[in-house]
Amino acid sequence: MPLKTEPITINVGPQHPSTHGVFRMRVTFDGEEVVDVEPIFGYLHRGSEKLAESRTYTQVVTLTDRMDYVSSMTNNLSYILSVEQLAGIEPAPRGVWLRMIAAELQRIASHLVAAGFFFQDLGALGTPLILTMREREQILELFERLCGARITASYMRPGGVFMDAPEDFWPALNRFLDDMPAHVDQFEELVSGNEIVQARCDGVAVVDSQTLIDASVTGPMLRASGVDWDLRHRQPYEYYDRVTFNRPLATASDNYARFIVRIHEIRESLGIIRQCIEQIEPGPVRPETVPALIRPPVGDSYVGTECPKGELGFYLVSDGGVAPYRCKVRAPSFINLTLLREMLIGDKLADMFVTFGSIDINMGEVDR
Amino acid sequence: MPSPFDSILYKYVYCTLSSTGDAECVGNGLFGGGLLPGGLEWLAFLLTAVIMVAAIINGVLGGVLLMIWGERRLLGRFQGRTGPNRWGPFGLLTPVADAVKTMFKEDVVPTVSDRFVFTLAPILMLFPALLIYAVIPFGAGTWMADINVALLFIIAIGGANVLAILAASLGSGNRYAMFSAMRAVAMLISYEIPLVISLIGVLMLSGSLSLVDIVDAQTIPFFIVQPLGFFVFLIASMAELNRTPFDVAEAESEIVAGYMTDYSSMKFGLFFLAEFAATIATSGVITAVFLGGWHGFDPIPSQFWFVAKMVAVLTVIVWIRASWPRLRIDQIMNFAWKALFELTLINLVVSGVLLLIWPSPSTTELWYMAGINWVVFLVSVYIFGRVLGPKHDPVRSGNFQDVTLSNSDAPALPAGGRD
Amino acid sequence: MVYGIGLAKGMSVTLKTLIGPAFTVQYPDRRVGVIGAARAYGMSTPGLIFKRPIKAIRAVLGFERVEVRPTQAARFRGNEFTWYEDRCTGCASCAKYCPLGIIKIVTLPGGTNVQEGESYAIDTFDIDTGRCMFCALCVEACPYDALHMGSSFERSNYQRMSLVLSKDDLIAQPKHPSTWFRPQMEDQDYSPFGETLDDIKKAGRHEMPSVEDLTQRWVEDRRTDVKDDSDEKAED
Repeated sequence: MPLKTEPITINVGPQHPSTHGVFRMRVTFDGEEVVDVEPIFGYLHRGSEKLAESRTYTQVVTLTDRMDYVSSMTNNLSYILSVEQLAGIEPAPRGVWLRMIAAELQRIASHLVAAGFFFQDLGALGTPLILTMREREQILELFERLCGARITASYMRPGGVFMDAPEDFWPALNRFLDDMPAHVDQFEELVSGNEIVQARCDGVAVVDSQTLIDASVTGPMLRASGVDWDLRHRQPYEYYDRVTFNRPLATASDNYARFIVRIHEIRESLGIIRQCIEQIEPGPVRPETVPALIRPPVGDSYVGTECPKGELGFYLVSDGGVAPYRCKVRAPSFINLTLLREMLIGDKLADMFVTFGSIDINMGEVDR
Repeated sequence: MPSPFDSILYKYVYCTLSSTGDAECVGNGLFGGGLLPGGLEWLAFLLTAVIMVAAIINGVLGGVLLMIWGERRLLGRFQGRTGPNRWGPFGLLTPVADAVKTMFKEDVVPTVSDRFVFTLAPILMLFPALLIYAVIPFGAGTWMADINVALLFIIAIGGANVLAILAASLGSGNRYAMFSAMRAVAMLISYEIPLVISLIGVLMLSGSLSLVDIVDAQTIPFFIVQPLGFFVFLIASMAELNRTPFDVAEAESEIVAGYMTDYSSMKFGLFFLAEFAATIATSGVITAVFLGGWHGFDPIPSQFWFVAKMVAVLTVIVWIRASWPRLRIDQIMNFAWKALFELTLINLVVSGVLLLIWPSPSTTELWYMAGINWVVFLVSVYIFGRVLGPKHDPVRSGNFQDVTLSNSDAPALPAGGRD
Repeated sequence: MVYGIGLAKGMSVTLKTLIGPAFTVQYPDRRVGVIGAARAYGMSTPGLIFKRPIKAIRAVLGFERVEVRPTQAARFRGNEFTWYEDRCTGCASCAKYCPLGIIKIVTLPGGTNVQEGESYAIDTFDIDTGRCMFCALCVEACPYDALHMGSSFERSNYQRMSLVLSKDDLIAQPKHPSTWFRPQMEDQDYSPFGETLDDIKKAGRHEMPSVEDLTQRWVEDRRTDVKDDSDEKAED
């Protein structure tokens, strides 16, 4: 006679150590296996898009810092590119190179956070996390030299960046570039051959590439399923067509593949920064013709950029005033999260958080 | 037949308390201190028992305090950071600060819980952990009781933490606790079988269940003679202690402290205490059974050797906690039933056959047995690793770590996709 | 052993971190041993043991502590503001530019410059640092370089009210302007942590450095690097 069982619904609440931010899921379990997931978010909604309608274009930069608070430089960059397209501003070359250096440094920092917390969710109790945070600390100190703040940078302005890098920035950057590859190798050695990691992550939450494309997922999640789609390469913005870099692709598309793609992307970003340092030239970081208060002509613009979590784009509509009429953010974390239900059904409780961590979302971006 | 007078503690305390002409003291060559008049030997016995228990328990709790400090410092150093070093010299008063904090917190009891069971659970968890210390020999003559079924006693008592976890989750009445308790109970009772069977090899070699006799029989430490037993016992005891990589019961990143979620203040403190006390007790048992107990080099007292070996085992346990992530519960169960159980059976059969060949082995024969056992250990672990290890399914995931670096301008999508 | 090599590799990495130095920066003070205490007091180790034996014993027992200042960049936007009241004209550009609107400026007729028009005398100049996000847009807006970001961050208080910096607070507090958006201060080799900058003339005015200035400075630095590289290549 079969045993009568009943599925149980638990609330993985907004306060939980492993949901990256305030995120709530109502999960129905049959034993340890997930049967249904209902994600509920909006706990971090601060009305950024509405606030942007009553701020001038420069003041909105401070709002964009705080959307994906782990990678603020790339948010700034995406917004500024959109403003430049809207207002028809031609950026200064040195400003563009500095923006690229800042964006790539931020990509490394964001991937380090993703990798460290991936292992925290696996239960490694902090050792890989401390190693990645140690490296991220060096990047945050570089940002402090560059723009005075570690996390919420507000470094970029329409036409370039805010201020040129100080003279002690370049030696510090070179030191960082010399030290980093050894640390990335140490981290990869700690975790890559580990059989427990393999057993936990191999073949878990596999999504095929057609599903990902249909759901408009971008970023490392897409590249971990073998699709070579990187906006820096396919639709180059800034001077990404003047640097060469590889895109790491995996075919397994499981949790581990998504993680390892990010580690390889850190190495590629280091290469891009080196190429930027070689090609940067002295000059003004912002053209003198850009006014402090910008009034773009009536129109709209959208520039999609490759932020560490996927394609980030700001759709700006201008009505000729000093503030945007509408600022709509295409947030990659939000779009990547729509696949959560498909990925989690059929897996176990323990895999739930690991999968969630491997998508690498940031609730500041999901909720804005 | 072991007598209580083998224990130094008992000898001196009893004879100090008892009357001058006490027959047993005189018979053992000691003269009584004469604190109690004649005819009250039963009172002397009782007081001695109370004093010994108090001494051992206070020693245990002091050891737990040291271990709290030691584990946090060690974990910090393994992670490349300083551990706690603020309170007191070198941070040694950190456990005191912990204890004060725990005591001053508000004791929250959820309304839907079963109050009696809720309060009983931490006590039930601490009680067996402290009982084990009664039979662990801390040095030559330094033990509380040398019963001739000590190992059986330890294993029987060690099974009570299953009840405690079930009581905790039942009393809490919340679903996270239920999850963790179901996992924990399944894991704990599965790992008791390899735990016990791996000890049978040692039992056969020493011929007795008493820990003192086992230590005496170790002319070479038994982890050399019984590597498979040691390996399995270490892993199974880590699972029994709910330590990483087997800490599914309290997996902080998933179920937020599991069965302990609703506990606060001193009840949580008792759970915490019980976990550390059990860890130290288990490493004491491992030292006594496998690492040669108090045998060491002469001028240094035997108690030091025992403690040093215990600290080494504890360091290895903390090291493992710092290095590896957690296993999933179905993988843990697979590991227990498909790997550890078979390995212990192999160990049992091989040890039995070797003892048939060399009954009551001398030291050289022990070395022969060690050699054969090591070969069996390495071969069987290798075979089990190949058979049960991570599989590479060439159809589905095939390429666990393949990452290709693409630099081409070929279309992004796989063949047949739209662009 | 197939199952186990990766685990052992992981354990060897943690063993290496155990043996190596810790990278924690212990702030605000760190415990020192005898050698560290000697170095902190500028003595040799035997000197410390003989001249200050009590300190040596305390160091061995782990009671001796040395103050630690965290490293900060010159551009660090701290939790305070530096305001030069002589330069401020009350134009309220900073108040207009603040995204949060936390600067409150109330001016009264100044009574001077009657020919060109009344100047402003500043009656109230409040900055609410409790709500400030330290984005420094106000610093960017000030046309007279009167408002700068400060460099200190140890400004906790017991009451929310005391986080509002009034005009008297701003005048009275020590002035450590950070070099954010003040490239002229970086040229002067000024460190906001060592000195206060009470003289407004030394604070200078921000002007965008010219292209010639940048070229000269940057190309000269780069030239030494290039020279080193070419020397190494010549040796090969």
